[in-house]
Amino acid sequence: MSFINYSSREINCKLVYYGPGLCGKTTNLQYIYNKTRPEAKGKMISLATETERTLFFDFLPLSLGEIRGFKTRFHLYTVPGQVFYDASRKLILKGVDGVCFVADSQDARYDANIESLENLRINLQEQGYDLDKLPYVMQYNKRDLPNAMSIEELSAALNPTRVPEFEAVAPNGQGVFDTLKALAKQVLAELRKGT
Amino acid sequence: MNPLNPQLVMYEEEQKQIQAIAERLHQDSRARTILLIDKNGQLVAAAGDSAALDTTSLSSLVAGNVAATGGIAQLLREDEFTAQFHEGKGMSIHMSLVGRRIILVVLFDKNTTQGLVRLRVKKAQEELVPIFELLAKKATTQPSSPFGAEITDQDIDNLFND
Ligand SMILES: Nc1nc2c(ncn2[C@@H]2O[C@H](COP(=O)(O)OP(=O)(O)OP(=O)(O)O)[C@@H](O)[C@H]2O)c(=O)[nH]1
Ligand SMILES: [Mg+2]
Repeated sequence: MSFINYSSREINCKLVYYGPGLCGKTTNLQYIYNKTRPEAKGKMISLATETERTLFFDFLPLSLGEIRGFKTRFHLYTVPGQVFYDASRKLILKGVDGVCFVADSQDARYDANIESLENLRINLQEQGYDLDKLPYVMQYNKRDLPNAMSIEELSAALNPTRVPEFEAVAPNGQGVFDTLKALAKQVLAELRKGT
Repeated sequence: MNPLNPQLVMYEEEQKQIQAIAERLHQDSRARTILLIDKNGQLVAAAGDSAALDTTSLSSLVAGNVAATGGIAQLLREDEFTAQFHEGKGMSIHMSLVGRRIILVVLFDKNTTQGLVRLRVKKAQEELVPIFELLAKKATTQPSSPFGAEITDQDIDNLFND
């Protein structure tokens, strides 16, 4: 959950990028890191295997500026997408304020997307969250690949509740900031409501 | 909001009390640095030499470490490991839980001993627990929207403009 500090006038929120292995979660964070001005970002930490698969998490702190006198900080995390790292995924979801599901558009990854989304829902439930009540956006990544499924098919399968959805090619940044902005906006709107 | 994981809210008065306890622990334990970190990885207070440290990265890694250790404890049907200690050549680190939400971190060197650190940590924990309990209570009874007025889409878009 977000941390509101009235003493230092800061708001801290935790955003988590979720999705199947190799869908491009880490690539999203790397692009955001590379394109953010130095004063607005901290170090990016990647706890990864030797083959650059996420082992525990990636972490990127952004401090974007003020809203109504409050400094807003977003802590971006990715989970490890590989199926057998489920225990780690559960830990990363603790205290989440908003989720971005990164889907891999390739048809061969269709089942992996479905399975990962189901896994997200269950892991949130275990901690008392309901995905349908949480700030949540959908990203269809790898739009550049020839075997990408159509947006209509992906949307019908993965986004029945019609949350904001974005097409992306994470390595060149297409859709990356649009996705982040949409999620940040929902999280801040949620805060505006208060408890 | 989620009842299992209530929002952490900090107010001026409690921040001052917490800061004073951290400063005193820093003195009494002869440690280098004291950090108080929320279990979600957000820094709540720091005392001692922290200017040269990347406290944001440290907070996230400490929280990840404590979360992983907590996960191990659950698998072993242990309630929770209440403290951990890592010894380095120059610097050592002692991490312990304050209530259910906060991690107290002490970084220390040869200028003190683990025994002294543990002793002083215990005292500080006893003082900190009721303050965080009060904060948790306040968070559930007081409205926590920090924005008095409506925030607009424009406000949010402005955040992302370089
Ligand atoms: N062609 C193409 N490749 C992509 C795209 N996004 C990511 N990749 C590549 O896919 C591979 C995996 O990307 P990562 O970002 O590491 O995937 P991940 O989701 O973090 O994977 P895990 O850490 O295992 O969960 C890398 O080689 C990326 O360069 C994309 O939009 N198009
Ligand atoms: Mg990754």
